[in-house]
Amino acid sequence: MGDWKTITVPVLSSDSKNTLPYTSERKRSPTSMSSQVLRWSLPSSKSMHNFFSAFCTEENIEQSISYIDRELTTLGFPSIYAESKGKELNLVSMVNCMNELLVLQHKNLRAQEEIEIQHLKLGSDMDHLQNCYAKLKEQLELSKREIVGLQEKDRQLQSKNRNLHQLLKNEKDEVQKLQNVISSRATQYNHDMKRKEREYNKLKERLHQLVMNKKDKKLAMEVLNCVGRADGKRGAWRTDKTEARNEEEMYKVLLSDYEQRQKQLLLENTELKKVLQQMKKDIISLLPPQKQKPKERSEDGMVLSDQEEDIGELNKENMWELSCETVREQLTNSIRKQWRMLKNHVEKLDNQVSRGRSGSLNEKDVISRADHELETEKLELEIQQCKEMIRTQQQLLQQQLTCDDDTTLLLQDCYLLEERERLQEEWRLFREQKKNFEKERKSFTDAAIRLGLERKAFEEDRGTWLKHQFLSMTADCKSENVTTPSAFLRSNLTDVSLLGSDPDIRLVRSASRQRRPASVSSSTVSPEPFQISQYIAQNSVASEKPAADNMPNLCVESDDKEETE
Amino acid sequence: ASCVQHRLVVRDASSLQILQLYTCLDQIQYIEWSSDSLFVLCAMYKRGVVQVWSLEQPDWHCKIDEGSAGLVASCWSPDGRHILNTTEFHLRITVWSLCTKSVSYIKYPKACQQGVAFTKDGRYMAVAERRDCKDFISIFVCRNWQLLRHFDTETQDLFGIEWAPNGCVLAAWDTCLEYKVLLYSLDGRLLSSYRAYEWPLGIKSIAWSPSSQFLAIGSFDEKVRILNHVTWKKITELEHPATIASKKTIVYKEVEKSPTVGTERLSFPPTRALASSLFSTQSKYEISQVPVSLQYIKPVADRANPKVGIGMMAFSADNCFLATKNDNIPNAVWIWDIRKLKLAVVLEQLCTIQCFQWDPCQPRLAVCTGSSRVYLWSPAGCVVVQVPGEGDFQIVSLSWHSSGDSMLLLSKDNFCVCYLEREEV
Repeated sequence: MGDWKTITVPVLSSDSKNTLPYTSERKRSPTSMSSQVLRWSLPSSKSMHNFFSAFCTEENIEQSISYIDRELTTLGFPSIYAESKGKELNLVSMVNCMNELLVLQHKNLRAQEEIEIQHLKLGSDMDHLQNCYAKLKEQLELSKREIVGLQEKDRQLQSKNRNLHQLLKNEKDEVQKLQNVISSRATQYNHDMKRKEREYNKLKERLHQLVMNKKDKKLAMEVLNCVGRADGKRGAWRTDKTEARNEEEMYKVLLSDYEQRQKQLLLENTELKKVLQQMKKDIISLLPPQKQKPKERSEDGMVLSDQEEDIGELNKENMWELSCETVREQLTNSIRKQWRMLKNHVEKLDNQVSRGRSGSLNEKDVISRADHELETEKLELEIQQCKEMIRTQQQLLQQQLTCDDDTTLLLQDCYLLEERERLQEEWRLFREQKKNFEKERKSFTDAAIRLGLERKAFEEDRGTWLKHQFLSMTADCKSENVTTPSAFLRSNLTDVSLLGSDPDIRLVRSASRQRRPASVSSSTVSPEPFQISQYIAQNSVASEKPAADNMPNLCVESDDKEETE
Repeated sequence: ASCVQHRLVVRDASSLQILQLYTCLDQIQYIEWSSDSLFVLCAMYKRGVVQVWSLEQPDWHCKIDEGSAGLVASCWSPDGRHILNTTEFHLRITVWSLCTKSVSYIKYPKACQQGVAFTKDGRYMAVAERRDCKDFISIFVCRNWQLLRHFDTETQDLFGIEWAPNGCVLAAWDTCLEYKVLLYSLDGRLLSSYRAYEWPLGIKSIAWSPSSQFLAIGSFDEKVRILNHVTWKKITELEHPATIASKKTIVYKEVEKSPTVGTERLSFPPTRALASSLFSTQSKYEISQVPVSLQYIKPVADRANPKVGIGMMAFSADNCFLATKNDNIPNAVWIWDIRKLKLAVVLEQLCTIQCFQWDPCQPRLAVCTGSSRVYLWSPAGCVVVQVPGEGDFQIVSLSWHSSGDSMLLLSKDNFCVCYLEREEV
């Protein structure tokens, strides 16, 4: 046998395809070829040289060829020889055989690969399973240990329990014993007591006899004079009649007491029955939904109608005057039934509410909740309004109470109230107007400031322009009249006034612009246009004096005007 | 009326002016007014003599001598014209009539705490008797002292009897070794019997409510059980624990105020008034926060009649409140609201409670603890009233006037009258 070696085979030419990890080759020593059966190992990338050189040398070509032919034919391949059993080789068939062999080789390689992969997989699976197995074994161990521990505890507790039971039994026995002891002692004491009492009674009797004997001599009672009875009557003799009368009186007393008690109980009963009736009515009124579904629960509906009939009957019968058992039972039973129905109803509602809260809302529910909220808001508003009304009414009442009861005063109060309310309204309006005026004034002041600034700028320009003019004019013609500068000046002034009026126009326009919203805001407009017209008048007045500081004066004046009004 | 040694002093109730002065033969042990307030009886137990004085006629006198029979107790009958004397060793009860000078005897009366009970209207009298080691009750008609009913009771040793205020039911209860209450109707039938438990010590005190609706039974287990008059079954148990935890109970605690004395006014030797004010401490009520734990005393177990259990009970006149005292917690008065059957108020005092009594007209309770202060409680609040005066006036017992306007405070040697002002409406 050749020796198995694992060698790292150097990669050869294109003949070898794969380098398999498990390569074991059998390296045949050339000397042992003839004696052994060749074992085909997986075609590895071993050196073909060695193999070829080992198998077929130049001497034994024919032998090797015939050997190969035999092998191939045994394997099912066609012979590589030509038809005749000569030494000629059929090349075609040889090539075919070689091809077939190669294909076979490939197949085998692939199969080997697959097998190796499977092998690996199985190996890893096995590892995994082994790990699992180990873990499970550990767990099993742990749980077994736990069980053992718990069993131990259980045993301990049970023994404790038994001990306690035993103790309890002992205590109970002791208690029983003590009770027996007590009872026996009690009977003994009673017996002794009775004996002593009898002795005592005997002594008492003796003493009594002695006392009675002695007493006869003395006068037991000294009274100056007899006192009349408290109620003036005379004492009566002791006769049967009196005894009978005593009995009678006693029974009368008892009977009157019983009668009184019975009256009280009757009153209580009637009150309670009334309360029950009311409760029943309330409960019936609280159970409308059941009436609306007669189809679904026809039986319940029938029951209800029956009950209602009963109720009607009972009501008709004036049952609180009767107090027989059946009527009472009927009443209580009917109330119980209806109370149960009410309870079911309320439970259903609760379930609905809880279901709704848990999330399975219908649209209906959502809407109803929103409606509900709206309604609550409305109600709250109403409540607030009512509260305010109540407060005002209380105040009015208090005022009324503090005043005299004259009607004229009351009327005066009413008138005063009316006037006061009117005044309050007017105050409110006035305040609003004031606010608006403030706003306008602000805007006016802004505009005025702007205007002032513009005027300043304009004045400056004018000044410079005049200077230029003057200079140019004087430069051009110095011989002209003195008046011309004034005329020019006047014309300038008029120009300036014209120009000056522009900002006034602008102001008027702005005022008019502002006038319109102001007029819209206040309903009672009477004082306002008057002010605006004053503004305009002021502006027109101011236009004649194109001085830069007129505007602030105007504003101040208008302020004054405002304040005076 | 008050007695000093062997003199009887009768004063006017509103002005305490002395109206009459009588002298008796011996030291007076017991005095009692007759029901129409015309006569006063003075009993001298040592001598065995009872003397009766009249208010209308100071010259009228009456003397009843029991002789060798001796005298243990004496009382008026409800009509104010008969005197019942209990002779020594409870041999018999002698009924002396002031109108007819006649005598009646009741044999074999029972020597117990409350052996004789009169109905509120004064018609009937129940007497506890014992013959041949068995208890009996006899009911007499007070008008002519005729025996109406005589029946035996199922008690071991009858301890006391009491009529209900409506005069139709008689409660009889057994000795403290047996817990048993028997209720008899006026004609002697047994209406019901009630027994709460068997072995521990039983009933200590009993109180009827003024409307006869409830019977309160105070027992040695520190509980009060209330029976109702319709079924004679227990409607509730009122417990008296040492710790009060309920939030709805108001606890008033008496707290001492340190006396304030201006140091400039101290003079040597100190005046009497100053001395007394230094030594007498003022006190006031404070409301304690719940939970409150009261002073609990566990008495010695091997003594008879231990200071355990509900010793004192009283219903208010309007039937709304029940005041109780648990002898284990001797400094506290427990006031229960009967309408709600709940504990309403607890008054915690500094000293042991000696006596309390309800105002006969209003729900007002007066309490005394042996100090010189009387404590008043009403649903509106409570107040401490100091008895003014020199030295210590230790109030031992108190008694209301029937109109509810004034109160009698008794100490060992003195008494004083406390007038209560009515509120101006």
